[in-house]
Amino acid sequence: MPKDDLKTGYRIVGTRPDRPDGLDKVTGRARYGADISAPGMLHAAVVRSPHAHARIIRIDASKALVLDGVKAVITRADFPTGLTGEDWNLQENTIAGDVALYDGHAVAAVAATSKLLAQDAARLIEVVYEVLPHVIDVDAAMQPDAPVIRAGTADHSVPEGMHPNVVKYIDFGHGDLEAGFAAADLVRAQTYKTEATHQGYIEPHACLGQMGADGKGEMWVCTQGQWYIRRMCSAVLGTDASQLRVTPSEIGGGFGGKTTIFMEPLALALSRKAGGRPVKLVMSRAEVLRATGPTASASMDVKLGMKADGTLTAAQVNFRMQGGAFIGSSPVGEALSCALACYTIPAVHHEGYEVLANRPKAAAYRAPGSPMAAFAVESLLDEMCRELGLDPLAVRLKNAAREGAKASYGPTYNRIGLVETLEATMAHANLKVPLGPNQGRGVASGFWFNHGGETSVSLAIGEDGTVTVSVGTPDIGGSRASLGMMTAETLGIPYEAVRVNIVETGALGVNEPTHGSRATFASGLAAVEAAKQAIKTMCARAAAEWGIDADAVEWIDGAAAPAGPNAGKFPPMSIAEIGAKMGSTGGPISGHHEVTAGGFGASFGAHVVDVEVDPETGRTTVLRYLVVQDAGRAIHPAYVEGQYHGGAVQGIGWALNEEYVYGADGRLQNTVFLDYRIPVASDLPMIDTVIVEVPNPGHPYGVRGVGETGITPPLPALANAIAAATGARLRSLPMSPPKVLAAIKAKANGQG
Amino acid sequence: MVKVNLWSGLRRFAADQTVVPVEARTVREMLDALTAAHPALLPFIKAGVSVSVNGQIVTDLNAPVAPEDEVYLIQRIKGG
Amino acid sequence: MSKIHVTTTVNGDPVEFLADPRDTLLDCLRDQLGLTGTKEGCGTGDCGACSVTVDGVLVCSCLVLGAEAQGKQIGTVEGIANGSELHPLQRKFIEHAALQCGFCTPGILVAAKALLEQNPDPTETEVRYWLAGNLCRCTGYDKIIRAVLDAGAEMRGAN
Ligand code: FES
Ligand code: FES
Repeated sequence: MPKDDLKTGYRIVGTRPDRPDGLDKVTGRARYGADISAPGMLHAAVVRSPHAHARIIRIDASKALVLDGVKAVITRADFPTGLTGEDWNLQENTIAGDVALYDGHAVAAVAATSKLLAQDAARLIEVVYEVLPHVIDVDAAMQPDAPVIRAGTADHSVPEGMHPNVVKYIDFGHGDLEAGFAAADLVRAQTYKTEATHQGYIEPHACLGQMGADGKGEMWVCTQGQWYIRRMCSAVLGTDASQLRVTPSEIGGGFGGKTTIFMEPLALALSRKAGGRPVKLVMSRAEVLRATGPTASASMDVKLGMKADGTLTAAQVNFRMQGGAFIGSSPVGEALSCALACYTIPAVHHEGYEVLANRPKAAAYRAPGSPMAAFAVESLLDEMCRELGLDPLAVRLKNAAREGAKASYGPTYNRIGLVETLEATMAHANLKVPLGPNQGRGVASGFWFNHGGETSVSLAIGEDGTVTVSVGTPDIGGSRASLGMMTAETLGIPYEAVRVNIVETGALGVNEPTHGSRATFASGLAAVEAAKQAIKTMCARAAAEWGIDADAVEWIDGAAAPAGPNAGKFPPMSIAEIGAKMGSTGGPISGHHEVTAGGFGASFGAHVVDVEVDPETGRTTVLRYLVVQDAGRAIHPAYVEGQYHGGAVQGIGWALNEEYVYGADGRLQNTVFLDYRIPVASDLPMIDTVIVEVPNPGHPYGVRGVGETGITPPLPALANAIAAATGARLRSLPMSPPKVLAAIKAKANGQG
Repeated sequence: MVKVNLWSGLRRFAADQTVVPVEARTVREMLDALTAAHPALLPFIKAGVSVSVNGQIVTDLNAPVAPEDEVYLIQRIKGG
Repeated sequence: MSKIHVTTTVNGDPVEFLADPRDTLLDCLRDQLGLTGTKEGCGTGDCGACSVTVDGVLVCSCLVLGAEAQGKQIGTVEGIANGSELHPLQRKFIEHAALQCGFCTPGILVAAKALLEQNPDPTETEVRYWLAGNLCRCTGYDKIIRAVLDAGAEMRGAN
């Protein structure tokens, strides 16, 4: 790969030091959402709708309230009215109003002196429902006879004459589609479906909230974004954001699912009603699966035109996605934007519909929308390569998006690394391993943007020259380490001399959550700028002491030094020396940076998987797995590998096992991990990785967000591998053994 | 004039144009001019769009735009 | 319902607590004894985050009643290190970056320790099957398996 534009010679960036949170996490000391208690604390339990769609006729809590130790019961009547837009959606999702919109929708909550008592009390709260007709499937929800979930929800984008459940319509594209398809030697169109999956973090949502009658409150919560919690809870409760202080706990996984609220305002509302006593609310796994996350389910049409040499001439996609009963929750816009982003195609057109269904409000999940889109587009591309007898990686390379090319979603690409990624993939040894009977190899590429967003970082020089960095993005994948490394590199001090703290909402300006692969990117960018600001101050302090111009001082290896022979002859003044005397040279020294980071360091990846499919059972075994992805620059390569591993395995789960299963009654049937089966250690081989480094020009160390792209290619790569192994093409996920077996049988009967 | 590329779904709210030329020196002026000329675009802009200038997402409304810049309105993207 | 007085030993220390007959051992460890290192990921025996040993046997503490701890020897993640000296598994988990969010880590460490005690030289496949009841959503297991194998090797003095 071309490394000529890579600055080299970093002391710390690119090494693999231990993570600062490692010791706490291996000893059980790290404190997660449910690990904190407070004096006088109450425990909460939530009453949830057992129906997919039902009018709430009456809620009677009298039997619960007579129990000794039950301190408060709340319903929607305890919340303010008159909210609009997404605030209303959040309030409605937190606790149902007139109608329960999905199985698991909260309708009431209770606080009591013990967990068991709260659970007992919740069972005594009587709710009378009038069951309404429901709809679960995205295509069914668009049919003329589908029950209307909420009339009048659709926004201005929806053309007239559509079912009221269609609430958003998007279309965009460029080029002459007709001419493009006319120029093709092969035109194929197919329909694909994916089921909803859950982010599946092992830590259930948990919080400890306290709020007085004066609206002042505090919250301890596992979240990807403490300021989002603050803003959303305040909106739902009708209180002032600044009166709520939110401290993020250690977070036991999020993957997008902890960027929003689900039950946090309930704890605060209960506390307010119970005289300000702190209230702890911890979800069960069934509550997590029924009422949080998940991602959208999708139904997708794709049409591609290809020349005999593999050149793509035209592409058309039409996606329908449901994100639950709330507008704006599906990632259909992102799915469309990602669908064709790996390719330069003269004519493209994208069309998408967001549809309401009686399901939980979808939350972001790692590269939202992109995995589904990739499943559809990369599967069809593979089918066409096979039909034309072309090497699928060579075809991807031939059509690959490059710097200066027009992206499928509009603008022109800057420096991107897809070509380098594909070349590294083609050179990898895994591609040369011979395959046996019932085995097949599948490849696919994938894409995700890199979000910047609102970011505020502070950095303070200690009296001994060590450094504290305060950041607002919770550490999920090792960002404390990567941020500490970039700070130490910039300041020219040891990694161990930096401590990175994830701080509460009172300590910094507003930060967006850790989402969009932005923690190392955006907080990193701000930490580097904050360090540079502190360096400037330290240079000025040294200059003043030496009696020379501040411009005549430079910062080298953690010390101020005269810049060149004309500046004067002074020995370097180290950060420790400057820190020791800062009280008498002008006061404490800190650096600060606030930015809404732009940048657009998109990260591309390519995966290669070898599978063996048991023709008797339809079970797929992953034999070998390769992830190749552009990291821009890997600050801490082990943690970048960790992101590649984790993304790939979540994608493998989505491809092979995971799905939301609903009964005819609209209730979720698989609400425990035994039935919602995420990959386990014995399902998998080691995951091979190659980190490609094509630096992002929009970041001081060239970082691209690496967290999300990795979940995208596994879905189609596995479909392509299973097709290669069996000849049977699966166009709906998951490719569970019964479905694979049925496809193999259909193929044998000549219907495949 | 700065040439603003709209996604094609916005065309019907902008007198059937996908490229709208506006007088503007900043992103803010660009968006203001766009909605002044085509008020039907206002709900979309309010709902949140990302502005791409020469392939970079620009978040600062005061950022400059010049006639030679490539300017796109695209769907808002966040992520997990 | 009256509570049950339980006397037991946790990580070698004598402890007593009052358990509701419905309280799980996991609840008692976390809520009564303040040993919050043991995690609850599911409460149904499917995730392994709550793994502890009872008289040396690896169990899901969410499936054991608190009252059953009477007179037993309980081992949790808090007891793996010897004072401030980390167990080789703990060191190797940090060294190999075998944790991201760390929520599964306590359960996996307890389970892996139990494995190495009865099988000091497991194969990769044996480690994978032994840990199949411990879910990790972050790491894809790759670095976890490597860390366990490496810790085993070190404990055998093989490297
Ligand atoms: S909490 Fe016990 S197995 Fe999941
Ligand atoms: S490290 Fe997060 S679940 Fe294992």
